[in-house]
Amino acid sequence: MQELIRFLIGGAVVSAFAALSEVFRPKSFAGLFGAAPSIALATLSLTLVTSGKAFAAIEARSMIFGAVAFFLYASLCSRMLMRHKFSALATTVMLLPVWFAVSCGLLYLFSRSHA
Amino acid sequence: MIVEARLAHLKGIKPHEWALRFIFGGLCTVAAGLIAERFGPAIGGLFLAFPAIFPASASLIEQHEIQHKLRIGMDGQVRGRMAAGIDAAGTALACCGLAAFAAIVWKALPGHGGPGVVAAATAAWLVVSVALWRLKKSRLLHRKLPRQGS
Repeated sequence: MQELIRFLIGGAVVSAFAALSEVFRPKSFAGLFGAAPSIALATLSLTLVTSGKAFAAIEARSMIFGAVAFFLYASLCSRMLMRHKFSALATTVMLLPVWFAVSCGLLYLFSRSHA
Repeated sequence: MIVEARLAHLKGIKPHEWALRFIFGGLCTVAAGLIAERFGPAIGGLFLAFPAIFPASASLIEQHEIQHKLRIGMDGQVRGRMAAGIDAAGTALACCGLAAFAAIVWKALPGHGGPGVVAAATAAWLVVSVALWRLKKSRLLHRKLPRQGS
């Protein structure tokens, strides 16, 4: 039941930010909504209720590493797409390992420095 | 550069495109919750900044531009990829806002009320993202073009 609520809230919040992205022009401004805290808003609101503030705060700390990784990933996607070699879907999927590597790498370095 | 908002742009979105975003968003939120439960909040938190619908959105932007150009008998592949690239550049800027959102929630949550902190963090995301976008645009506008022959 909790997963269903998560699914519905997550889908609704992500769709709402996607709608904002469609409404605004120019494209570069609309792109801001591609990195809206949509999943975070949906997840944190439920986490606060079910697991408490301390759990949510640790999630938010790790989210900083995810955001840095997203920055590098989106920047690389932008540069590659401007060269027109691959389709948008191929480029964005092909570069997803960059997000995984950077976010996990930063979390690993942080954990080691605070061990 | 002037930012404009037109609700009429929503009419061009097909029902299956809305469904795709809803399902991706829902699945990523469920996955983020399950990962946090299974592996703990430190690993689960990474997925709060996962580029959930970014590939789908970039692909839809490209497809819209291609279809727009096809209607006037032109090949829109290059323009489609350019449009997706410009959108991705905006997304990269907003990632700094996303980091600000996370930092505020991390630091303020233990001592303050949850809804207030999340609202303040969301406002910070918007302010940081828009400020960086404006800064980037103003720099581009004031960049002097090199003279020909020099």
